[in-house]
Amino acid sequence: MAESYTVGHEHAPENAHAALQHHFENMEQQREASTLGMWVFLVTEIMFFGGMFLAYTLYRSLYPEAFASASNHLDLKLGAINTVVLILSSFTMAMAVYSTQVGKRRNQIISLALTLLLGVAFLGIKAVEYHQKYEDQLIPGRIIPSRPFDASEVHLLPGAQPHNVEMFYWIYFAMTGMHAVHMIIGIGIIAVILFFTIRGKYGPEYHNPVEVSGLYWHFVDIVWIFLFPLLYLLGRHLEH
Amino acid sequence: MKAMESFVAPTPARINYLNATYGLKSWLLTKDHKRIALLYLGSISFFFFIGGLYAMFIRLELLTPQGDLLQSTTYNKVFTQHGIIMVFFFLIPSIPATLGNFLVPMMIGAKDLAFPRINLLSWYIYMLGGIVTIYALLAGGIDTGWTFYTPFSTTFSNSYVIAAGLGIFINGFSSILTGLNFIVTIHTMRAPGMTWFRMPLFIWSHYATSLVMILGTPVIAITILLLAFERLAHIGIFDPAAGGDPVLFQHLFWFYSHPAVYIMVLPGMGVVSELIANFSRKNIFGYSFVAFSSLAIAVFGFLVWGHHLFVAGQSVYAGMIFSFLSFAVAIPSAIKVFNWTATLYKASISYDTPMLYALGFIGLFTIGGMTGLFLASLAVDVHLSDTYFIVAHFHYIMVGGTLLAYLGGLHYWWPKITGRMYPEGWARFSALIIFVGFNLTFLPQFVLGYLGMPRRYHVYPAEFQVLHVLSTAGASILGFGLLIPLVYLVWSMRYGKIAAANPWNLPGLEWQTSSPPLTENFELTPIVTWEAYEFAPPEETEVVGKFRDKRVEEV
Repeated sequence: MAESYTVGHEHAPENAHAALQHHFENMEQQREASTLGMWVFLVTEIMFFGGMFLAYTLYRSLYPEAFASASNHLDLKLGAINTVVLILSSFTMAMAVYSTQVGKRRNQIISLALTLLLGVAFLGIKAVEYHQKYEDQLIPGRIIPSRPFDASEVHLLPGAQPHNVEMFYWIYFAMTGMHAVHMIIGIGIIAVILFFTIRGKYGPEYHNPVEVSGLYWHFVDIVWIFLFPLLYLLGRHLEH
Repeated sequence: MKAMESFVAPTPARINYLNATYGLKSWLLTKDHKRIALLYLGSISFFFFIGGLYAMFIRLELLTPQGDLLQSTTYNKVFTQHGIIMVFFFLIPSIPATLGNFLVPMMIGAKDLAFPRINLLSWYIYMLGGIVTIYALLAGGIDTGWTFYTPFSTTFSNSYVIAAGLGIFINGFSSILTGLNFIVTIHTMRAPGMTWFRMPLFIWSHYATSLVMILGTPVIAITILLLAFERLAHIGIFDPAAGGDPVLFQHLFWFYSHPAVYIMVLPGMGVVSELIANFSRKNIFGYSFVAFSSLAIAVFGFLVWGHHLFVAGQSVYAGMIFSFLSFAVAIPSAIKVFNWTATLYKASISYDTPMLYALGFIGLFTIGGMTGLFLASLAVDVHLSDTYFIVAHFHYIMVGGTLLAYLGGLHYWWPKITGRMYPEGWARFSALIIFVGFNLTFLPQFVLGYLGMPRRYHVYPAEFQVLHVLSTAGASILGFGLLIPLVYLVWSMRYGKIAAANPWNLPGLEWQTSSPPLTENFELTPIVTWEAYEFAPPEETEVVGKFRDKRVEEV
């Protein structure tokens, strides 16, 4: 019965931090909950990408020549530049978290702005790559009805079938496209964090949202770290 | 236990989560886990009703050997839509999203789930997924079977596969968010003194369910997305014409959809553990075994999907391993059944309605589980695969198991949820009707399947008619039985007797606050000093204040 609860904790103390939500006892509990929440979410993300990694693994082992041929036609330079861009953005994100924790406001804003810029740069470079594939008629299937897939631009190795090259490009677009969607969401999150940072919401007292957004950002980077070698470097040892 | 005696006279309305605020907006924008649970309760009941209507059409069509009521194309749509609605929009959210949402914070002494806004978001996602799916049904329906097997679904079917797939894709995220919320809440929001091994078993089973939700659901999401793209843009990774492998689809589909069976039944097991212990007024036999068996089921559940592919061209060696693992998953399930039974031994059992459902669950789940072993045996499965035997088997788990547990739990916590008692006489009567109707519906189907009646056909040889008539008769009894609670539960919300805070006289935390509870669940955060299911010695059972005295001593 309710009356039996005469002994117990008071609800949120009077001097609680303004950011403490009503259902948490204290900031520590709130911080633990949101950090764990993000980690659990990232686990679901791994499983989400996992389905595509499985499809990639299966078909790469079934059609190695077609996959190598298709991979050789990807733009290694742009892919490599994008890898550097993303690793840099992870560095600036880590710096943003650090400067928030120690209360260096100027560094905090600069690092977040840089992360945002690098994220946008990545998407820009990705768009250039996608456009190249469009020019070469490598968009799979009839996604673009006027330019159906045509593997004639791809130098086929012996034993490679055009429809398996198409399959590679489908997996390429599905995986990098899904990654790009995550980048766009990440850029949105960083923009919101930057907005509130400029208004002075986060500091040594309250920095969890910055950390949690950082976790997400690093995760999206790590996905790319797997995608780059699997998609771009496959078959580099073969003659061009 | 004399539940009826603990009614108190109607008291002047006091503030609780139901009357704290008024108006549609206060419900649609609520962050209170209890109100969100009620939103879910309303919506899943709606979907259950639609799924039930389809079931009715299936059974009516099967009354005669000819295809007289429905044409074959319509029949294909009816059983597909029955499956999709019941699996994705009723069974998967049923217990976690309603009872779980309501009780997980209360049972561990928290004020809410860790992420109240995400909790509300999950309901909106569920509704959006539901609306998209209903659009698919109204636009012309879908006929692939709820399993969406390729290449039929990607290439040949002329129905609304993409819309239905999109609905399921969207709905998946509501499941993911619920699971995420439960895991974080159970890890970080437990009241002082609520250690892992003082948690009610309902919480353990929801923790295990949540693990399956977060690990499995993303895989079906990406699979359905790839399927939709394949159909939309004619690019193939599942289409054999393009060098793809349709069996890859089956692997990915069942990697989620087999564990999804445990999303459906694990929360039911949690409810039954509560009911058995509390209505026997005894600590559950082997608490930690029952708790860990939930986790074991969640883990093993991920390793058995291949038993759906025994006749799909999977290698014999993979089949043997999956067969072995499928037998292994029976061990933790059996631990639960034996421990529940052992709990009943020499207990002071009361046969209130929730307990009737719990006892029904044990029997029906055991039949469902044991017939699963037939299907896990490679050679037997060749004979039984895609027959009515498997239809009966999984309905024993899903309806005999999950639905009975859901109804039992709903009755058990009804006084806490609404502050009113349901009418006990009617409730016992309908529990009996449901039990009889269910068995009459599905027992004949085991025989039908053994005799070779394939699933998903609406025209059949005349010698199967007797069994089909029995099954249809059972289905009408079952349907009637299910309408009775619908009527009296709605009735009781207004006219039921006012319930006491603790009408069953139990030690669980959710019973230690008013009925219905406050928005913040407890006036003060409870401090837990007792074990789960720690009942007072018989002579003290009337004194609920036992816990108060004990706490005062120790604090």
